[in-house]
This record gives sequence, structure tokens and C-alpha cells, in this order.
Amino acid sequence: MADKSSSNAYWSANIRIIMMCMVIWFVASFGFGILLRPMLSGIAVGGTDLGFWFAQQGSILVFLALIFFYAWRMNKLDAEHGVEE
Amino acid sequence: MDQFTLNMLFVGGSFALYIGIAIWARAGSTAEFYAAGQGVHPILNGMATAADWMSAASFISMAGLIAAVGYGNSSFLMGWTGGYVLLALLLAPYLRKFGKFTVPQFIGDRFYSQKARMVAVVSLIVISTTYVIGQMTGAGVAFSRFLEVESDTGLYIASAIVFVYAVLGGMKGITYTQVAQYCVLIIAYTIPAIFISLQLTGNPIPGLGLFSTHIESGMPLLAKLDQVVNELGFAQYTTLNTSMFNMFLFTLSLMIGTAGLPHVIIRFFTVPKVSDARWSAGWALVFIALLYLSAPAVGAMARLNIIDTLYPQGTQSEAVLYEERPQWMRNWEVTGLLKFEDKNGDGRIQFYNDKNDGFTATATERGWAGNEFTYNNDILVLANPEIAQLPGWVIALIAAGGLAAALSTAAGLLLAISSAISHDLIKSYLNPNISEKGELLAARISMAGAIGVATWLGLNPPGFAAQTVALAFGLAAATIFPSLMMGIFSKKINAMGATLGMLTGLVVTCLYLFTYLGMFFIPGTNILENVASNYLFGIPPASFGPIGALLNFVVAYVVSGMTAPPPQDVQELVESIRVPKGAGAATGH
Repeated sequence: MADKSSSNAYWSANIRIIMMCMVIWFVASFGFGILLRPMLSGIAVGGTDLGFWFAQQGSILVFLALIFFYAWRMNKLDAEHGVEE
Repeated sequence: MDQFTLNMLFVGGSFALYIGIAIWARAGSTAEFYAAGQGVHPILNGMATAADWMSAASFISMAGLIAAVGYGNSSFLMGWTGGYVLLALLLAPYLRKFGKFTVPQFIGDRFYSQKARMVAVVSLIVISTTYVIGQMTGAGVAFSRFLEVESDTGLYIASAIVFVYAVLGGMKGITYTQVAQYCVLIIAYTIPAIFISLQLTGNPIPGLGLFSTHIESGMPLLAKLDQVVNELGFAQYTTLNTSMFNMFLFTLSLMIGTAGLPHVIIRFFTVPKVSDARWSAGWALVFIALLYLSAPAVGAMARLNIIDTLYPQGTQSEAVLYEERPQWMRNWEVTGLLKFEDKNGDGRIQFYNDKNDGFTATATERGWAGNEFTYNNDILVLANPEIAQLPGWVIALIAAGGLAAALSTAAGLLLAISSAISHDLIKSYLNPNISEKGELLAARISMAGAIGVATWLGLNPPGFAAQTVALAFGLAAATIFPSLMMGIFSKKINAMGATLGMLTGLVVTCLYLFTYLGMFFIPGTNILENVASNYLFGIPPASFGPIGALLNFVVAYVVSGMTAPPPQDVQELVESIRVPKGAGAATGH
């Protein structure tokens, strides 16, 4: 049973990390890049505004950071719960 | 050395390299044929995934699509990269832990159902076959343009090359060839982009150049572009010219579709460990981003360059004389992808938006009688080296790069198709007693058959090739992605729920597309005209994927709630794929 509860704690920690990453994923692309762009229009970036930058470049950089963060965080979590390969 | 010899040299050299790799990395077992023996380093797998993913559409068409519309088409950039976040967080590590060879195999085992597995096989074959048509025609066109052979001959050459390394090497040969193809395509894309960025902004990094100052005018590049397109009656480059709802839904459709494409998913079966699958998704996106961060710059700069060429003294002054047009325009005029028509007979080329009613007065005042210049969006990338007046070897490099992009994607798709046939259809359904050697032979024969079909479809492309891409992404989003996700994140979904969910996604998505685009895309058989006012809740057919996915989820949950839960051993299987511990080499059984 000890194994079971440890793996459940591991799984809920994983779900929490995924949810956090998905919120950032959504805000950086659909949020800043599309829906919130009118609100960011005051912030000028190279001849246009921040929303345009997020839609064409910023979102991709955020995606990259998210995937590497997740890989690093999960490898650490695997070790903490003793479920690494 | 003339251009033709250079092209032959670069394309021939790259092909010799691919064949050499194929002979070195030939597959000796089904594990090597389907999953490269799980021995691929995560960084190399990242490169192979990037080449697998970046097709002729990414390499040749995407920058032109962005250039034509501007901000609104950022959907392609966000959609085609954001899907990797879904893959990395929701699918890749768990599917690697499961440790089998194909996507339908996971669906069949997790939902303990041959029926679910067959629905997945059908979806996979429809998705991958529609996708492969574009690659084969793309490769044929690239051959005919740069090597001056008939388009059909070009297609045969392309098929023969793919045949050698895909049939011989399977996933192992394809993987290492894709690594080489990635290197060729990224160099080919980046070199002209750097030079154009240097010429226009003085910044050697195209992605930064896009947001820098335009040297000639002293204005920010994007502000300058907005100004000149505006002066010619086109919509502003940096503003949204469609609805926010459309852009949102289309981006979401591309993202979920990307995460559900089988030929991309199976690449994560090839790495040694679960943690490698996580890292590998990140590396894949690094290598994809190298091209995707340059693409919007290439598009914007090429559009500005073209307008600048046609109006050398600025858009408020006279347009260029037809007789004085630059050499690259003459070269591309021959291909028919770039056209001039002197409608007002003044010997000059006026390029403007004659569909904009608000601009008609200005045009009449200036003595213009309609737009006189049209170009195919695809030439922006292909003509880039000529526009920037780069040496001939860069043009040859673009030819090799375009072919690498098309062939690497075609090979990945063909592998997904052949493994679904030999492993999911023959091995698990028609002839379970087949030996390892027999299965390997069956896999090779299916691969050869798939290449034959793809070649035939490339020679006789259905007139609807462009629309079928919407089908591929829509179906991937509506069938494969939701089923995989539910299989991992819910223990409650049972055989009946998953099968009916997938069928609902498959059928409803097809019907919605057929309603507007014609039954099986045959022109004239559509029930409703393909215009926005007819769309259900205003949803365009190309953006239907997320709706299909939602229906799949809802049906699967409701049906599973009303029927018996999955048996104990399946629940234990879900427990085991959720933790990395104990991931061994993949097996077929």
C-alpha cells in the first residue's frame, strides 16, 4: 500500500505541474498573442506592439522554456518519489 | 559553373549522403524497423522529429502565407509549435513508457478492444495518406524546377530515393537520414534569411531584424511595411483582418492536430528512456524554432523587398518600367508563378489591391486600371536567394533544402502507414502467428505498397490536395489526440466509450468538412456553399478539429459512465504507464 500512496502523490504532483504549465501555455499564445492583444497595444515593440511579438515569436520561446522546465522538473520529481528509471 | 550544374551537384550530393546513411543503418529486426531499436539519442531524435515535422508546407509555403496576410496568419506559427507542448506534457513520456511500436497498438491495448484498434488504424491511414500527397507533389515540383526534368520524372526519382532508404532501413534508416535532411534544410533556409536581414536592417539574426529599424527609411521595419501596403490599398500587416474567434479556433485546431499526428508521435518511441522522451520533445522544438523564428522575418522582408523593387522611388512615385524589372523577376516569369499584365498600357508595373473599394478613387486618380502584378506565395522562399542577389550555390542549396523537407516528411508518413498495416492489421488481426522475419518482410512490402500509392496520388493529384490538409489536421485532433489523452489520464474510459468517442469524432468531422467542401472533396457535391454565413456557429471547416475532439471526449465519458468500468489489469496498465520506473526496451507483444 505504501507504494500505491507514493505513486498517487507522484501523480497528483505531476498533474499540478502540468496544469501550471498549461495555464502559461494558454496565456502566452491564445492570451497575449490573440485575446489580450488589444490590452497590450500600448506596449511598443519594434514598430508594432507586444501582442504581435507574442504571436510571431514570444509564444514559441515560451513553449520552449515550458517543455525544458517540465522535463527538468519531472526528472527531479521522479527521483524524489523513487520512480526514476 | 552554370546554375544547372550547381543544382545537380547539391541535390545529387545530398541524395548520395541519404543513400549512404541508409546502407549503414539498415534494419535487421522489427524493433529496428518500427522504432530504431530504441537507441536514438534524444538530441538526434529531436533533429529527426524536426525534419519529420517540417514538410514542404513549412519550408516553402509558410513564410509566403504569413507574408500575404501578416498578423492574422500567426496561427501557423503558434499552432504548429504549441502542439509540441501538448505532446511533451500529455503524451510522449507515457507512450514511451508503454513501450510498443504503433499508435493503434496503444489504443487497442489500453481500451482492450480490437474494434478501437481498427478505428485508430483507419484514422491513421486517412490522416497520413492525405498528408503524403502534398509531399510527393511538392518533391516533384521542386525537381522539375531546379533539375529541369518533367514533373512526373521528378516524382519517380523522389519515390525511388525514398524507396531505397525507407524500405531498407525502416525507422532506423529514416531516423538517421532525417538528421542529415534536417541539417541540409536548416542551412538552406537560414543563409538567404541572414543576408536579406542584413541588407534590410543590418541585423544578422532574421528574427531580431524583423523588429529592427529599416535602414533605407530609418523607420521600424514593420511600421515601414504597414505604411507601404497601406499606400497600395492592402490591409495593414500588423493588424487583425479576420475575427479574433476565427484566429483562436484555427490556432487551437492546428495545435491539437499537431499533437495527434501519428508520424510525429511514433518518433518518441525511438528514444531509450522516458526522461529522454521528455527532453527529446524540447530538442525537437529547438530545431523547429530555428526555422519558425526566421520564417515571419523572411515573409515580411520578402514582401517589403518586392514592393520596393516595383516602386524604386517609393509607393507614392511611379512604378518600375517593365523593361527595367530585375533579373530574378524575369527568371520566375518563365515558370508562370509570377505574372505581369500591363492593363493601362503605360509600360510600368502597378501592383496594388484592386479589390479594395475604398482605394478605387486613388487608383483612378493615378491612372491605374487594375492590378498588373501577381505572384504565387511559394516563390517568396524559393526566390529569396535571387532577390538578395546571392551566389548560385545558395540557390542550389535551397533546391536541396526543399527536397529534404518534402522527402523527410514523406518517409515518416510512409513508415506510420506501413507499420499500421503490418503490425496492427496483419500481425494482430489477420495472421497473429506470423514470425518475426515474416512480419519484417510484411512491413517492407507494406512500405513499398504505400510508396506506390503515394506516387500514384502524386502523379494524379486530386484537385483538392490543399483542402485535404484540413482533413488531416481535423481528424488527428478529433480522433487520435483525445483517445490517447483519455487513455493516459483517465482510468474510467472503457472499450465501448473509447470506440464510440473516436467514431463520433471521425464521422462528425468528415461530415462537417464534406458539407462545405464536397463529398470526399469532389467539387460540386457540397450541400452548403463554403461561405462564412453558412457555417454552424460560424466555425470554418478548417477549424473544426477542436469541436470534433470535444465531441470525442463527451461521448467517451458519457458512454463509459453508463457501462462497466475497465477490468483490473487495464487499470493496472494505466498505473504503470504513469510512472517511468521499469521502462524497458519496447516489445511487439
